[in-house]
Amino acid sequence: MSEHLELNARRLLCPMPVIRTQDKIKQMTHGDTLTVICTDPGALNDIPTWCRINQHRVIRQETINDEYLITLEVGPSAPN
Amino acid sequence: MTTPRRAVSLISGGLDSLLATKIILDQGIHVEGINFYTGFCVEGHTHAIRKKDKQKEKRNNALWVAEQLGIKLHIIDVIDEYKDVLLNPKHGYGQNLNPCLDCKIFMVNKAQAWAWMEENQFDFIITGEVIGQRPKSQRKETMPIIARESGADDRLLRPLCAKNLPPTKPEVEGWVDREKLYGFHGRNRKPQMALAAEFGFTDYAQPAGGCCFLTDKPYSDKLADLWQSRGSREYELDDIMLLKVGRHIRPKSNFKLIISREEGETHYLKGYKNEYLTLQTISHNGPIAMIDGDPSEDDLLLAARIVARYGQGRDATQVEVEFRSPTGERTQHKVMPLAAADLNPEWHV
Repeated sequence: MSEHLELNARRLLCPMPVIRTQDKIKQMTHGDTLTVICTDPGALNDIPTWCRINQHRVIRQETINDEYLITLEVGPSAPN
Repeated sequence: MTTPRRAVSLISGGLDSLLATKIILDQGIHVEGINFYTGFCVEGHTHAIRKKDKQKEKRNNALWVAEQLGIKLHIIDVIDEYKDVLLNPKHGYGQNLNPCLDCKIFMVNKAQAWAWMEENQFDFIITGEVIGQRPKSQRKETMPIIARESGADDRLLRPLCAKNLPPTKPEVEGWVDREKLYGFHGRNRKPQMALAAEFGFTDYAQPAGGCCFLTDKPYSDKLADLWQSRGSREYELDDIMLLKVGRHIRPKSNFKLIISREEGETHYLKGYKNEYLTLQTISHNGPIAMIDGDPSEDDLLLAARIVARYGQGRDATQVEVEFRSPTGERTQHKVMPLAAADLNPEWHV
């Protein structure tokens, strides 16, 4: 059964949200989903780029009260 | 069919590492990128914070390079380990607090430790170094020092200047064809730009002042001030991030103010309101300021006058400033904004 997790990456500036996402995904499996909550708008570009490189899929991007929520699905490749 | 040899490439996001990686990829080698985050990397931070830069593209160049090349990129947090490199550089500093040679040795060492791990099994390391390109770290004499002290030895290949160096193991073993490597040297960037054009790369990060805040004099001055004021060279990530934001004003040795310069910085500094005492003018529009240190009551009134000086009430006879403690208690004080003539230029860090 797939798991959904959240990652608090508030106040971190890129590339730290990407690094934290990368580290979190190492503990997850194919099909799990992760919502990363960021305050650095750079994450809106960097996390999707990192996902494309590593075959993960961005499902949703939202902006709520100056916070950026990026939800991704862990891809089939070996943990990065 | 034989398994392709595997190389790990240090990707900074600049043109040289892009080209070095492309040269090796084109020889049929499996390449993956590695990028180290020290906390001092210039990468997009000020763009991310400052509202005036909102229109600028906020891309991470290392990720962008990896995507252009179609390779994986591993970004590694080395913030804590890097402290020893910065605080105790065996080969000294460059013009500012940049320990460039030790930094390169450290990164190649980290890359080789990662690359030789059982689960990774890489055969060699590549970098975009060019002899003579950097006065501190990229010289003919430093190339063997980096190879030796990093532990990578003859498994460190610099594709852009390999022909000016003794053959490395990947060349000797025939994993890569030395004839298809390059002999670039010096600070002239035209050969790299011509090669980029040959490969069809039209968009790449322009080299301008390096990729590290430690090469920047104002930043290094702020870091030196931080160390001196604390009587210790210890630092945390938040300390070095805050040096990138706002005006830093130290009226006395026991405290300094960090005053936002625009809306983006105000937003960023508000994120620290539960760790630092903050000040903001409430009778007039103005910046937010944070206090780092241990000010007395009189110091706080001086701080309020300085903050008022940077708001729209700078010419008013009285401005109301609100103090907010890290636990949320608020107090208000009416002060006269500091006159321009009374703001000692030496207070600016």
